[in-house]
Formats: sequence, C-alpha cells, structure tokens
Amino acid sequence: MTGYTPKFSRKRRSILQGLGALGLGLTFLPRNSLSEEEKKLNFYNWDTYIGETTLADFEKATGIEVKMDLFADNDELFAKLKAGNPGYDVICPTNDNLERMIKANMVTPLDHAKLPNFKNLDPVFQDAAFDPGRKHSVPYLWGTVGVGFRKSKVEGTVDSWKVLFEDDKYAGRIALLGDAKVVIGSALKYLGQSLNSTDPAMLKKVEELLIAGKKNVKVYADDNGQDLLASGDVDLTMEYNGDILQVMAEDDDISYVVPTEGAEMWQDCLAIPTGAPRPENAHAFINFIMDPEVEAGIAKTVQYGTPNAEAKKLMDKAYLENPAIFPPAEVVAKCEPALYLGEDVTKMRDETWTRVQAA
Amino acid sequence: MDSWRGNLRVFWTLFTPGTFWLLVFFLIPLAGLFQDSFSDKISITETAFTGTFANYVRAFDTVYLTIIWKSIWISAVATAFCLLLAYPIAFGICFAPARWKPLLLLLVILPFWINLLIRTYALIAVFRSQGYLNLVLGWIGLGPFEMLYNNGAVIMGLVYVYMPFMVLPLYATIERLDRSFLEASLDLGGSQVQTFFKVTLPLTMPGIITGIILVFIPCLGSFLTPDMLGGANAIMIGNVIERQFKAANDYPFGSALSFLLMYVTFGALALRAYFASRSKGVDV
Repeated sequence: MTGYTPKFSRKRRSILQGLGALGLGLTFLPRNSLSEEEKKLNFYNWDTYIGETTLADFEKATGIEVKMDLFADNDELFAKLKAGNPGYDVICPTNDNLERMIKANMVTPLDHAKLPNFKNLDPVFQDAAFDPGRKHSVPYLWGTVGVGFRKSKVEGTVDSWKVLFEDDKYAGRIALLGDAKVVIGSALKYLGQSLNSTDPAMLKKVEELLIAGKKNVKVYADDNGQDLLASGDVDLTMEYNGDILQVMAEDDDISYVVPTEGAEMWQDCLAIPTGAPRPENAHAFINFIMDPEVEAGIAKTVQYGTPNAEAKKLMDKAYLENPAIFPPAEVVAKCEPALYLGEDVTKMRDETWTRVQAA
Repeated sequence: MDSWRGNLRVFWTLFTPGTFWLLVFFLIPLAGLFQDSFSDKISITETAFTGTFANYVRAFDTVYLTIIWKSIWISAVATAFCLLLAYPIAFGICFAPARWKPLLLLLVILPFWINLLIRTYALIAVFRSQGYLNLVLGWIGLGPFEMLYNNGAVIMGLVYVYMPFMVLPLYATIERLDRSFLEASLDLGGSQVQTFFKVTLPLTMPGIITGIILVFIPCLGSFLTPDMLGGANAIMIGNVIERQFKAANDYPFGSALSFLLMYVTFGALALRAYFASRSKGVDV
C-alpha cells in the first residue's frame, strides 16, 4: 500500500535464523568437526531414481554411508528447504526449480576442481541456460514431456500437440497434466512460442485455447496419466516420458511421442543445498555419480536419458535407440528447458490456470 | 464434583497438556497464517507483514468466489446425501439387538483404519471404466459406464469418506431418545410417518445439526478427493489453496483464502449455535 511504512517489518527468515542460532548454541560440536567430515551423506532424491547398487558402491569406494530420503515433487523439495536446510548434503531439483533455488540462495556454488568427472558429460550438457557455466549444479538425468497414447485407439500418426489441445476426434479420452507450468508451456509450444514466454497477450491466447479444448479433456491427471492410459480410462495423455516408459514395458499397445512443435526438455540436477553439513562428501558423491560406469548403472535401472557421453558408450542398443528416451535430433532441437520466470509470472500463470480449471 | 478452585493442582495437571497442545500446534501456527494473510511477498522465500488487504481483495475476484460457491454447493449436496444415508443406518444400529451394536459401530469406523489416500485409490479401482463395478455390470450385459472424473464422483467420494462423521452423532442422539415419546405418539393415533416427522425428527435435530457441521466443514476444505476423482471441472477451493502453498509459492494469498474459508466455517458454527439454542430436544 502506498505511503504506508510498517514500523516492524518482521521477516520470517530472520526469525528462523534466530531460532537456528539458538539451536546451534544448544548443540555440542562433534569432536571431529574441525578435522575431517564424518563418513556420512544425506541425499534427497526422487523415488525409484537411483541405480540398484549405486549407493552401496559409493560406500565401498569411499567409506561414506549414504542415507537417501525421498520427495514426491519439486514443491515438496522446495518447501522442505525453504525454511532452512534440515541437514541434506545433496539434492536433486529439476531445472526451473533449481534456478529458483539459486536465486533464493538455497544452493551453494560447486567447486569444479573437485569434480574431474565433469568432463565425461556431453558438451551440450556442460552448460545450461538455467545455471550459466554450471556453477551450481551438474545434470543427473534428462527427459521430455510429450504425448503418451494407445496405438490401437488413435488414427494415423500422433505428432502434434493438436491431438490434446484442439482435436475433437478424441473428446473425453484425453488427460492433461494437472500442472500449470507444463500445460501452459506445452500450449505455448503448440502456438509456436517459447515455453518460457512471459507475454501476457500470448498467455491470454493459451488460456482461450485451453478453455476451448477443455470439453475434450476428461481429467487433469495428478501425474498419474500413465495409469489412466494403462487402465484404458484415457487413450491420450500428456506425460513425462519416463512415466510412459514404465507402462510401455508392460503394454505393447502404448507408445510415446514428442510433438514436432517441440516440448519441455527437463533436467534433474545434482546440487548442494546451502548449509549442507558435509560439502566435501557431497562433492565426492557428485563426482562419483558422473563416473561412466556408475551413471550407466543408474540409466540401466531407471531408463531415463543420461547426459553422460562416456556412460552412453556403455549402454545397449535398446536403450540408445528408444525414441521415448532419445527423441529424433530435429525434435530435440525444438525442445527447451523451462526457466524460472520470477514470482510475478508464476502468479500470472497460476491465475490463468485457476481460470482454466474453473471455466 | 468439587470446584476446580479447591483442587488447583489437579486442575493445572489436567489443564496444561491440552492447552499447551492447542497453543503450540494450533493457535500459534494459525496466528502465523493470519499474519501472512496481511503480508506481502518480498522475495522468493520471504514475506513481510505490511498490513495489506491486497490478498483479500484478490480473493474476492469472481473466479475465486465462483470456486468457493461451487465448493459450498458440492459440500452441501454431499452432506445431504450423507444425512439421507446415515439416518437409517444410525436408526438401524440403535434398534439392533444389544450384542450387535458394538460390531455395527465398529463397521462404521473401520474405514478410518485405512489411510484416506489408499481408500481413494481403492474407489478408483472399483469405479473406473474397466474397474470392478463395470466388470460385474458387464456380466449382466450392462455398461461399461463412465463413473469417475465428474462432479458426481467427487460427491460420491466425499459421502464415502465422511459418512462416519454423520452416523456417529446421529447414533448418539437417537440412542438417547426416550422411546416412550414414540409409543405415546403411536398410542394417541399418530401414524408411523407422522410420528417420525413430528416426534423423532425434532428430538434428534441436535444430532442432525452436529452431523451436518462435522461433514460439511471438512468437505468444504477437501482437495484430495476432487483432485483424484474429479474431472476437468472438479476444482474446489481446497485445491486452489493447496496450490498456493505448493506450486504457486504464494503463502500470503493462500492464507487469505484459508481465512475466507474459515469465516464460512464460523458462519456454519454460528448457525449451529443458533439451532442448538432453539432446540428443546436432547442436548448435543
């Protein structure tokens, strides 16, 4: 409000810092705190997102015991660290969330001298728009958001977002993701724009497109589009490639395509949150993950795209030639990562999304 | 019983834990939310109290009012179905043989032993287009019906989840109903229908009101059920609030919406107090 100056501007952060200082004061420092880090590491990761033996191998190689906690989505990760790091050494945020955390000083810069395996990464992944110079993160796995569909229930080839946004042919058999960022981003791609567009006029067009197409949408799936597809509740769904890959393994009739207009290409990254108790171990762990053998082991288990060029050489043909993991180069060229667009744009998009859902 | 003044030590022993709990885990967080609802976002992670009304002004945008109104409507329908179904159930339990009562009541509360999320997934497995119900209907040549992902599914889900909150207070009042009133009404020539509407219903009104409150309020704030069972139009105000605390990262606006919802709840409670004060029937 104009002209109003609060006398006491009490910031949540400062209270928490005060509490944190109090907590530190009450804690007895461990005896070895000034010498070497204890052989432990807290890793905050997605579920089913690590190789079968990765953590055990790391312990064997370094003696550092890894305790892995799981989060379900980026919001959970962000909320948990927002009020201060509860003790994690390595986290695995997705690109735009990572960028937001960098801007909020929630992650610390990496010491690349301690990450010699960084050279194994594919050069295109050695830099990123959301983390220029890779100062704060290294890529872990990547993928796309595209269209999962039941082959026997669609006519011709599916290669455009049109089937989800504007095609009455599939009315009532479509699921979109229940995520403002992804749906609006994909619609922007369909309209020939960057998915990071902040143009209000463009956003208005997206809103009209989504509202007009809503009559065809059966449900905004809460990241369970693959289940709806597998159970036959819908025949086309917007989903993350890895989720569709899971059901493709069980059902030959299901396929996945990245529309030719391009799509979101996401990267989950490894980063060290601010206040991490054991940064040395964290660097050792991140470096270990970028070892070709280790990364290949992870990619074999979770079946997502690896950014590690050396690891790729160790993978079999079925993985390398799977179009759901590695879309054709000309499509990849049209894909882009989502950027963090600022709180105002987030709010604008959230309001658009509310209007679409309420329409 | 002695006055609490005579047994101060006992009083404080009993009084302290509950008060402590209420204060630390309810009132203080609630005060934080209240303050947040008058705050501005000053960075990605920080809010500053400025006394602004902007969040409330934003909450009165048509789109949010429409969603609140729709939530009230859905909750009201779900509550009505709960009442219609729960009344006969509660009545049945009250008039069942005494040795069956504990078992019947146990059956009512049994679903609470399973997590809401799991139960909702179970509902999906039963009602989806290739679910168990359509499978059975298919045997007699019917269907398959599309039963999920619409407002009806949300209402069904809410009725299923909150039914026990209606059955239990109804059971409590019907159980305490003096049956001689019913006999008197019938003896004096009232029909069964007249007896129900003129004697039973007014006397059990406090239980009905309590049940309505206990079901309506959680329905109004629910977000999991519309999220999982609802279709493209299923958004309720609980979903909008949830999103403010997650994806939209807008605590001040989420807090303002929460408090708006709380005022609606206070309204409902005031209504209950009003009915209770008018009621000449059994205490609730």
